[in-house]
Formats: sequence, C-alpha cells, structure tokens
Amino acid sequence: MTNTKYNYPDNRGYFGEFGGKFVPETLIYALEELEAKYLELKNDPAFQKMFYQLLKHFAGRPTPLYFAERLTEKYQGAKIYLKREDLCHTGAHKINNAIGQILLAKQLGKNRIIAETGAGQHGVATATVAAKLGLECIVYMGAEDIIRQKSNVGRMKLLAAEVRSVESGTKTLKDAANEAIRDWVTNIRNTHYIIGSVIGPHPYPMIVRDFQSVIGIEAKSQILEIENRLPDYLLASVGGGSNSIGLFFNFLEDDVKMIGLEAGGEGIFTDKHAATLSKGSPGVLHGNLSYLLQDANGQILPTHSISAGLDYPGVGPEHSYLKATGRVQYFAVSDVEAVEAAIELTQTEGIIPALESAHALAYLKTLLPSTSKNEIVILNLSGRGDKDMDTILKYFEERRTR
Amino acid sequence: MNRLLQKMSELIKNKRKALAMFVTAGYPTIKLTPQIVFELEKAGADIIELGIPFSDPIADGPVIQIASQVALNNGVTITKIWEIVRDIRLSSNIPIVLMGYYNPIYCYGVEKFLDAAANAGVDGLVVADLPLEEADNFRRSAVAKNISQIFLAAPTTSDKRLVELDNATSGFLYCVSTTGTTGIRNNVPAEAVEYLLRCKQLVKKNPILVGFGISSSADVRNISRYADGVIVGSALIDLIRKNYFEIPKNNLLQEVYNFVSELRISLNNGANNEAG
Repeated sequence: MTNTKYNYPDNRGYFGEFGGKFVPETLIYALEELEAKYLELKNDPAFQKMFYQLLKHFAGRPTPLYFAERLTEKYQGAKIYLKREDLCHTGAHKINNAIGQILLAKQLGKNRIIAETGAGQHGVATATVAAKLGLECIVYMGAEDIIRQKSNVGRMKLLAAEVRSVESGTKTLKDAANEAIRDWVTNIRNTHYIIGSVIGPHPYPMIVRDFQSVIGIEAKSQILEIENRLPDYLLASVGGGSNSIGLFFNFLEDDVKMIGLEAGGEGIFTDKHAATLSKGSPGVLHGNLSYLLQDANGQILPTHSISAGLDYPGVGPEHSYLKATGRVQYFAVSDVEAVEAAIELTQTEGIIPALESAHALAYLKTLLPSTSKNEIVILNLSGRGDKDMDTILKYFEERRTR
Repeated sequence: MNRLLQKMSELIKNKRKALAMFVTAGYPTIKLTPQIVFELEKAGADIIELGIPFSDPIADGPVIQIASQVALNNGVTITKIWEIVRDIRLSSNIPIVLMGYYNPIYCYGVEKFLDAAANAGVDGLVVADLPLEEADNFRRSAVAKNISQIFLAAPTTSDKRLVELDNATSGFLYCVSTTGTTGIRNNVPAEAVEYLLRCKQLVKKNPILVGFGISSSADVRNISRYADGVIVGSALIDLIRKNYFEIPKNNLLQEVYNFVSELRISLNNGANNEAG
C-alpha cells in the first residue's frame, strides 16, 4: 500500500489523467455554481444533518451487512457478506445520490429536476425525492429501456414525473444522457440535472461518489463490529460505477482487494457487451475523459447487456484511474452467468437481486475457490430484482424446457 | 495569417458583415459537399463551417443530429474530410472552419489532426465540447500551425470570462444566441439582445459572429445590428434535406443558392439600416 493520501479529483476535476470538464460553454456557469455550492455545503453541519436524517428516515439506512450463510457453505471459501442496498427505499442504492442532489438543487434555487435513466432505478429514485420535495421532474429514458423496464416507468409516472422516451441513437442509457444534457443546456437557469452515476463533467463524479460513499462507510463499521477486522475482498458491479465506488471509496487506503465486474453481454470477444474497462480505450463522452467503447474513428459503439443499468459505453473517470493504477481490478461477466447467479442467490438465500448486482454475484464462482475460510468478501448487492422479473423468468422458463 | 484572419480583416475594413454557412461534411452525400460549398460561396457566404459528424452530438438539435447520422452512414471519417477539403481547395480560397466534438479528434490524435488540417487547407476549428479549461495544449498547437481556434460564448458566460474568451479566440468569437442546442427557432429570443450588447461592450479584440437558431432572413436582419456577422446551419441543412430527400426532383444546388443569396441581401440591408 502507498502511504500517500488518496486525494482525487484535483481542482480541475481530474483523477490522474481522467476526468475533466468537456462541455459546451453554456454549461460552464452551472458547473461552477454547482461546485461552489457543493464545496460550501459539504462542510456545513446543517446540510450534512439534513442529508443523514433523510438517509435514515426516508431511505431506511443503514442497510444491513448480511452474512450469506448458505452461499458461503456452498462455495466452501471465504465468508460472504452482502451489503443490502436492495433494501433501500425504491430498491437500490440510487436513492442515496438522489437525496443528496435534490437537497443541493433546493439550495441552488432550482425548481425543475431532470435525470437520465437506464434500468429506471435512478429515474425512480429521482422521481421519488422530487415528489417528496414537490419539484417538477422529467426523466429521459431510452425507448428500448422503456420496454424492458416497464414497471419502473409505471412507478415514475405514478410519482408524477414525466418520462420522455428517447428515440435517437441506440435508444438506451447513452442516448438518454445525451437528451438530458440537451435539455439542461436549454433550461440551464431553472434546472438541476441529477446525474445518476459517477459520470459526466466535474464536479459530478466527485459529488455522486461522495453521496454514495455512505455505503462503504457503513460497511466498514459493520464488518469491524461483526468480525473485528477488515474484509479481504470487495466485489461490486460497474456500469457507470456508482455502487462500486460507493463501496470502494472508504477502503481505498486499506489493505483490501477490490474487484469491479462489468457487463460482458454475450461475450467480450463478440460486439455485444458493455465491458468498457476490459475492452475500451480512453476518450471523451458526456463531459469527461475516461475509458470508452468506440470505433477506430472515435464514434461511440452500440453496447449490449441483459441489464439495462450496465448497458453504457462509458465508465466513471475515477474507475479509469483506479484501473490505471492497478488499485482495482476489473473483469467482465456474461449475461448468462449473471442470470444464473441471480437464480442461485434467490434459491440459496431467498433474495432476488437486480441483474446489475448479479454481475458481482457471478464472480463468486471464480473468486471463491482461491480463497480460504478465514477470509472475508463483501459484495455490494446494489439493487433488488423486481424490475427484472420478466427477463429472469423468461430465461428460467427457457432453461427448464431445454 | 490564414484565410480566415485575412477575410475577417478584409470584412472589417470594408464594413461588411460576415455570413458563415454551416454544412455537415458528407451531407447529403460526400460528393455533393464540395458542390454545395461552391454554391454557398457564389451566393455570398464569406466563411464555410464544415461539420465533423459525431455519433453523440450533445450541442445539436434534431436537424444536425440527423445530418450527422446520415454523414456517418455515408462513411465520413476525418480522413474523408481531408479529401473533401482538398477538393474544395482545388477551386476555392474561401476560409474553411471545421466544427465538431472532441472525441473523434482526440482519437485521431490532436497533433496529427492539426497537421493534417493545416495541410488540407483548413483555417479554423470550433470544438463544441472543448471549453477554455481543457483547451490549453490544443490551442498552443493550433496557433503554432496557423490554425485559428474559435471559442464559443453563451448567454450564461460571465463578463470576466467573456474577456478571457476574447483573449483566447482567434478569427472571431462564436456567440451562441441563446441557451440551447442548434436548431431552427421561430424567432431570436429577447435575452439575446441584452447578451449581445454585453458582448459588444466587452469583446474588443475579435469580431463577434452569432449562431444557433439563426434561421431566416428576418433573423439575419435583426441580429446583424448587434454583431459582426451571423452563422446559419440548421436552416441550410433542413433545406438540403427537403430538396434532396423529400423532393428530389428539385434542383438542390439552385435552391441552396437562392436561400443564401437572400440571406446575403438581408445581411447587407440590416447593416445599411444600422449605418443609416
């Protein structure tokens, strides 16, 4: 371990060579305003108190750190603990960031909220906090995702959010983000854009990370209380990378191995995956310099994942940095491995996980045989699988008839 | 001094307003781009902006988004754009400014890109998502290769920053008329006037050209009172779309010529009114 303090991003919004602020001029003022307000409130006890009160009483934190006894028994290796973000209000870790950012929006005096969403979890979380605070909310969602995550679309509408279907490009998360940025450029004066992951221009990757870092702060004190020691491994799925950075951040200076699992789709040697760090190269998308899935001419490639929340050609710049330094390792997990892992957890522990989180679960099969029984793994169970029932059941039925 | 800087000083000397026309490179076809450029010049355009198509153009409205996609489907790459520029340069000396997004340039390699641009006969660059904060190295290299890097200003740009942009930009300052993306609008919003007066007061070193939402002769007349010139893009792209894809029997080049001639006359009239 290095002795130097981890202190990123720098004042230009860079994590090493990744990050920055690659945006049209119109947005610069809003990003500066947001950064100034955030830095002011970050150390404001009244704001922090308000944030933690809502995390506790509205989101239901702290979430349990749950010992998965039967899963541990099955693999005969390290003890497996699940950080139960699936038990958060609205069903995923996304609510942590949504609460933090809507409080920021209030302080900025912005009364119109926009968001992009893939699986719909961030959209639902944003619509929820907007409903709670009585703010207008518009969620951009790719037309393809609207079909595959129907139940979340219904939830957003019931929460009085307007869901705008995005028909451009690949009609998924990337295009929803494009459309949200266009809206923001247009309505910049009264609108706050709640980005759902550790992506976008500075200061977003920092702000979203800080709000999500509550996951790792809790997990650390919980494991110390239960086991009286730090874990050996942390596992989390990586799309944009907010649940993983949320878990990892508070352990970065500890002697703990960290592994991020990307969406391998139909295989990383096909063109149907979203394994940005495993297969991509550095480039600029949605305001930051990070790893990207792009062609030889710098055009962004279409991606594929069975999980809409991981179906994104970019990744947060901090993950690119953590990969470059070797602090975190990243691997890809295929669609089939993820669904199998989801079914496995359901039937051994009675927990139906989101397909995003199932990517981390699938890696247990690879990791556990090389571990010993006195080691500890903490896996971020970032969301619950209700939204994925159609997809999981379809696979389950097909498997039974094979 | 490149062709753009020469042209701008000539226009100022002659008290003539600049008409810059934007067209996506390779739209509607690669072959037609040089011919469209020649019509634009013939009809009175002073500067040509060639769009480098990108898969995710966040500063563009639907009209240019679609044109970018068509151009990409036509096989336009940066390498192809050098061929298009060379074709134009065989018979025209009109200043050419490339406008695009940073990723294709970054992927191509910044130094290599600027060298190739200079060799092909490009005079200026507008990179929509490369603000002052990220542009240091890029700008140094562009200056060294005698290419003007043109910065954008927006209604949300502070006074202090407008002065910084004036110091950094070369050729002209590209003033975005309104908060929003490129596209056709019914009229230029009232906030534009206040902002352009602010620009006029603070931007001392460079001419001001106004773009985004400038679609009609009326817009051109109105805006030219507050600026040194205008940039028209989406309205031209939409005209090309109509006369190439929708009513292919029309004479596309003639329609382009007629449209731009009218803009030119409006621009001159607007300028005369201001003088009188």
